[in-house]
Amino acid sequence: MHNADFTRNVAKALNDAPQRAHLEHVITNFMRGRRGLFNDDEELAALREAANAVKRRVVGRLAEVLERLEASCAANGIQVHWAETGEEASNIVLDITRSVGGKTLVKSKSMVTEEIHLNKTLEANGCEIRETDLGEFIIQLIGQTPFHIIAPALHVTKEQVGAIFAEKIGIDYTEDPDRLQAEARRFLRERFRRADVGVTGVNFAVAETGTICVVENEGNARMCASVPRVHVAVTGLEKIVDRLADLPLMLRMLVGSATGQRISTYFNMVGGPRRPGDQDGPEQVHLVLLDNGRSRMAGDEELRQSLQCLRCGACLNHCPVFKRIGGHAYAATYPGPVGTMVMPQLKGLDEYGYMALASSLCGACGEVCPVMVPIPSIIRRLRVEAHDAHGAVLDHGHDAARMESLAWSLWAKVMTSPGLNAMARKTMAALGGALPAVGPLGAWTSVRVRPKFSSKGLADLLREEDAKEKGSK
Amino acid sequence: MLHFPASAPVANYFGTCLVDMCYPEYGMAGIRLLRREGVEVLCPPRQSCCGQPAYNSGFLDETRTVALHQVKVFADNDAPIVVPSGSCAAMMRYHYPRLFEGRPEHAEVLRFSERVFELTQFLNNVLHPAYKDAGAPIKVAWHSSCHARREMDCIKDSLALLAQLENVTVLPIDNEHECCGFGGTFSVKQPEISAAMVRDKAAAIAKTGAEVFLVGDCGCLMNIAGHLEKERSPMRGLHIAEFLWERIHA
Repeated sequence: MHNADFTRNVAKALNDAPQRAHLEHVITNFMRGRRGLFNDDEELAALREAANAVKRRVVGRLAEVLERLEASCAANGIQVHWAETGEEASNIVLDITRSVGGKTLVKSKSMVTEEIHLNKTLEANGCEIRETDLGEFIIQLIGQTPFHIIAPALHVTKEQVGAIFAEKIGIDYTEDPDRLQAEARRFLRERFRRADVGVTGVNFAVAETGTICVVENEGNARMCASVPRVHVAVTGLEKIVDRLADLPLMLRMLVGSATGQRISTYFNMVGGPRRPGDQDGPEQVHLVLLDNGRSRMAGDEELRQSLQCLRCGACLNHCPVFKRIGGHAYAATYPGPVGTMVMPQLKGLDEYGYMALASSLCGACGEVCPVMVPIPSIIRRLRVEAHDAHGAVLDHGHDAARMESLAWSLWAKVMTSPGLNAMARKTMAALGGALPAVGPLGAWTSVRVRPKFSSKGLADLLREEDAKEKGSK
Repeated sequence: MLHFPASAPVANYFGTCLVDMCYPEYGMAGIRLLRREGVEVLCPPRQSCCGQPAYNSGFLDETRTVALHQVKVFADNDAPIVVPSGSCAAMMRYHYPRLFEGRPEHAEVLRFSERVFELTQFLNNVLHPAYKDAGAPIKVAWHSSCHARREMDCIKDSLALLAQLENVTVLPIDNEHECCGFGGTFSVKQPEISAAMVRDKAAAIAKTGAEVFLVGDCGCLMNIAGHLEKERSPMRGLHIAEFLWERIHA
């Protein structure tokens, strides 16, 4: 997408008054929730340092940790698959489904399966895949993508859900959340029972023990991982912790940052397929490890920090841009600050370069990140990469920005020459009001008065004041 | 943690490009506040811009050229460098060392950066001024700039100085933590989002019922006050240095 298309999306979102009011309300609640839990600044700082250390250790030696994870999983009977691209990962899930003669799948909330467009691949190949997270279930019924990485149907009101359920699953209209929930539950129960394969995401894969951990509040991930004959967990290859002992801290940081809960309603730890004598559990457990641009990120010391992300969504909830334009305006799997940081890295600057401009670099995202990813610095780095012929990000140097480059080198000349600097100010003071309001000035004056340039600079005023002092002495 | 000098007979002053271009009188107010505490203020005329506009636009070579210019301009003494802007101060204190990492100038830049303080931070932690409010009772709204809050961490100092003024009531702004939408070139590169942000910020400030709003950064001031003026609002904005000076000399 180009910046012009993004601008169109932005205008549409900004004019959507009900959505903006709703977002303001929901996001304020998210912020309050997080603050309620992490209410001691010193403790929070220490927790973030510790969580940062856990993830930094992993992403700094990813190859080694992944090997260990693979070995531990294999020892538990979990079959590990490597996928370089999203397409490969989707095809692996398709092949697993076919290998058991299945074509019905249930899936719990997982952003990585959105990233690889898993549903599209499966449906194109004759499979039926049903979203089972309530939010995902709602947006699947209306053919939309998640609006927020932890609250996919955040933009849909209960009245709209009532209408959607009435139309799509044939119940009588109601806007009572409890009844809507009960209807979804009833509808989904059957699908869990009939599904051949259950797909989940992964919040933490433990390298030490080969354990797949999934955080959720609804119980549907547990159903996906335990009812069907086959459980396939799909994850970006960075969602790893070294040791089982890292989990309490990481779980606390993830859940607290996401929803302000002390712990999620469910925390699933999958240690492998059903063993002889077990009462239940899947016959097969698979783990699909997706690269899709991540190892490129791991190769750069600064960009690598993007891989520490837990996908908690706190950066979205604290972003003044996300709060105003919402998730869909970005036209990207991952919206908000995290998306701005990772989309251009995963898919390239040609396609997602526009996102890097959608930040005032206010720093709110970096301030709340539970693993201390310096999101603003990485966004700034992407702006460098956009015109850097020797960069590290896919499509680096895609925007030669010749005009802008020229403007900044002229600026640097003016700012290193006091004579030119003062002349620029005086010229602007004399002409400023007469300049046509086009380009940057036009953008500025759309909602503000023109900057008023002063004919005298600070040095002039200082000289005058000192002369006055001397004169009066 | 910042290391503050125990005293400061001499201080350098970096006025910032925006002060020089549009708000020199606010820059002067900062100098007067320092002089009031007996500090000899050096204000080298060759200084210009901290470089942040180019930096945040992703033009690092041009940023380094301008940054190094400031480093050289202030190289003739070891005295602190005081800046009437949290954002520019943060650029010079925390971002300069990163810009020159692994380069021959790094040590020199680091020595420069360690001397940089924001104005109210320097006043409150080094000079400990005692202000006697000479003005009539007034309600003000305080807007924290993002970098003053999140990088320089000097909002507490600005508020501590205001708290000395007994006739001044500081009113809270809704969503005070939120960016005003300036963001340097962001305001012209994403004008629609920036406009939505400044509209909300201006409305929140107007809603306080204050007579005037105060800032520690002229970027936010130009953005918010520029919008209020366009909307023909009677609400005025002032830099905290100017306000402090006016109050103690009313």
